[in-house]
Amino acid sequence: MVPLAYYLGLSAILFCLGVLGFLIKRNIITIFICIELMLNAVNLSFVAFSAYLKNLNAQVFVFFVMVVAAAEAAVGLAIIIAVFRTRETLNVDRVNLLKL
Amino acid sequence: MNSSEPNLYLWLIPLLPLIGAAINGLFGHRFSKSVVATVGLVFVAAAFAMSAWASAQLLHLPQSKIPYIEDHLPWIAAGGFHVDFSFYLDQLSMVMILVVTGVGFLIHVYSVGYMEHEGGYYRFFSYLNLFMFFMLTLVLASSYLLMFVGWEGVGLASYLLIGFFFKKDSAANAGKKAFIVNRIGDFGFLIAMFLMFQKFGSLNFSDVFAKVSRLSGESSAGILTAIALLLLLGATGKSAQIPLYVWLPDAMEGPTPVSALIHAATMVTAGVYMVARSNFIFSRAPVALAVVAVIGCVTALFAATIGMAQTDIKRVLAYSTISQLGYMFLACGVAAYSAAIFHLMTHAFFKALLFLCAGSVIHALGGEQDMRNMGGLRKKIPVTFWTMTIGTFAIAGFPPLAGFFSKDEILFQSLVSPYGTKILWAMGLITAGITSFYMFRLWFMTFFGERRKAEHGAGHDDHGHANNGDHVHESPLIMLAPLAILAFFSFTGGWVNIPKALGGGNRFDQFLAPVLNAGAAATAEHENPGLEIGLALTSVFVASIGLAIAWLFYYKRRDLPGKVTAALNGVYTLVRDKYRVDELYNWLFVQPVIKLSRNFLWQQVDVGTIDAMVNEAADSAQHISNEARRMQSGNIRSYAGWVALGAAVVVAYMIWAGLQ
Repeated sequence: MVPLAYYLGLSAILFCLGVLGFLIKRNIITIFICIELMLNAVNLSFVAFSAYLKNLNAQVFVFFVMVVAAAEAAVGLAIIIAVFRTRETLNVDRVNLLKL
Repeated sequence: MNSSEPNLYLWLIPLLPLIGAAINGLFGHRFSKSVVATVGLVFVAAAFAMSAWASAQLLHLPQSKIPYIEDHLPWIAAGGFHVDFSFYLDQLSMVMILVVTGVGFLIHVYSVGYMEHEGGYYRFFSYLNLFMFFMLTLVLASSYLLMFVGWEGVGLASYLLIGFFFKKDSAANAGKKAFIVNRIGDFGFLIAMFLMFQKFGSLNFSDVFAKVSRLSGESSAGILTAIALLLLLGATGKSAQIPLYVWLPDAMEGPTPVSALIHAATMVTAGVYMVARSNFIFSRAPVALAVVAVIGCVTALFAATIGMAQTDIKRVLAYSTISQLGYMFLACGVAAYSAAIFHLMTHAFFKALLFLCAGSVIHALGGEQDMRNMGGLRKKIPVTFWTMTIGTFAIAGFPPLAGFFSKDEILFQSLVSPYGTKILWAMGLITAGITSFYMFRLWFMTFFGERRKAEHGAGHDDHGHANNGDHVHESPLIMLAPLAILAFFSFTGGWVNIPKALGGGNRFDQFLAPVLNAGAAATAEHENPGLEIGLALTSVFVASIGLAIAWLFYYKRRDLPGKVTAALNGVYTLVRDKYRVDELYNWLFVQPVIKLSRNFLWQQVDVGTIDAMVNEAADSAQHISNEARRMQSGNIRSYAGWVALGAAVVVAYMIWAGLQ
């Protein structure tokens, strides 16, 4: 049996990769994928705890997270398409109207 | 109120003119002139009728029910401090409401004619009615605080009416001057009220007087003197006495009926009324009483001398008013309060008459106020001439006219009263002679000799009349009727108080005695008929000398005044320039205040401190924001970085907390 710490370590590594990608990548789609990566890193820790504690509550949360991620994908992609239509770029550094 | 108690409906008396003022003030601009005048007159006439009815009822009340106090709404109730809207009618306030509403009504009638050609007709009548409301509140109030409401209110009405021709700078400034000088007096009145509340726990007349009469003489003399002197400061402001008299001559910028009503007959006598009303306090503070007498006496003489050298017909009358008010204060100061009120009443008649006559002259000449440009008007405006003659003889103190009896009473009391001295009497007598001189000077210059035309057209143009100069005409009947009525009272008004020595019964003194002598050491009895007749003859003789000199200077030998003034050049210009008191006050008080305000309060305190603090707060907010706004870069990854950093800090803290 693989110990819990391994799962949590993997989860942490995946999450940090997601954060790193989010911070350094410029392409919106890549950033979007990084968000999914972070969400799934959290999912991994949920199921790991669930198996370890023999409690199914955490797995219910995983489903919630998946639903949110699916909804987010739908809305997020729609926003990306709208941004591309108006600004003709996917580079987030050029989408900077929201400043003083 | 108990139904068996008499109900005099006193609240109606002040309220009626207020309704008139409200109607004219709010809707007057839509009314025709005749409607405005009707509204103005009807409500004052109703107030007069109510006053007469209430007075008649009061006379039938048993002495135990006087003063009759009518309680209405509670006004202020804070802790132990209670003031109600309640009215107070006794013999003193009865005389006052009759004079105020009676003379006030006549002047309203006169104004209908006088103001015919002026703009702001409805405004004028609204202010005039408002004045009546406040004046009646003042005399009917049952406590010092409610009196103070009326006191301030008449000041407001006076300010509004002095500045009635507000497009003229001089009128607007005169209004402000009157208001500000009065504030100084009001300060004294206020402090006096604070002291009274602290000492007696109430401001109601009945409570205060009851407590004053229970005080022991020695221990309370200090505080009573302080209260009396502060009340006197208030009175000097309102009644134009030294040192606060300077506003009254300037107040002549107002329309002439206003000068007659407010600045001669009624408002300026409020100070005399207040001192007489407070006679319980004054009579127990001999020092304050002496100050009252000296101020009155000096003011009377001082103002009379200025009156000799003035050339503006209304200013002569203004200084004469100050001088006569000085007589009233002199009477108060020798504890002869009823003599003061008697002179107040006769003065209201003859001074209102003189002002209205002067208004009629000004009206006839199309706005001319300079006496040097008048003359020879006797035949052209005969009614005005005859009524003014009665007024002039009345104020100069010739028997059997009103002024003779009241002035003589004061002079007699100033000599024989326990508080009187020979010096007060002598100064009063000299004043009587000067009064006679300047009044007959006015009379001769205006009505006798040849008409002297102005070289440069009408000098004063504030009574903008259609006729310019040449066509001298008598005033319309609506202006002459009040003159005739006032002339009648100026003639007969003194007969209510003919002294015993001259076969009368001092009925007016006895009528007022319950109010005015209860707390006072009894004023001198008229037990020396020989002395009294002698004094009366002396004052008539002095008045005759004044008449004779005026006749010589301004009728017989017109070249004499020029020679005399040339001989006395320095003195003459000093007097003509009103002893330069205005300049002195300007140098002593006004300029330092302006300098302090401009250089310190404005430049240092306001600009340097208050504005600087506000500006500094705004500037620092802007600087901080300028720095803080860099966080909002619009760069999504930088936001994400902040979020990640925050999360990292939270996690780090939790790990650190777990390790502890």
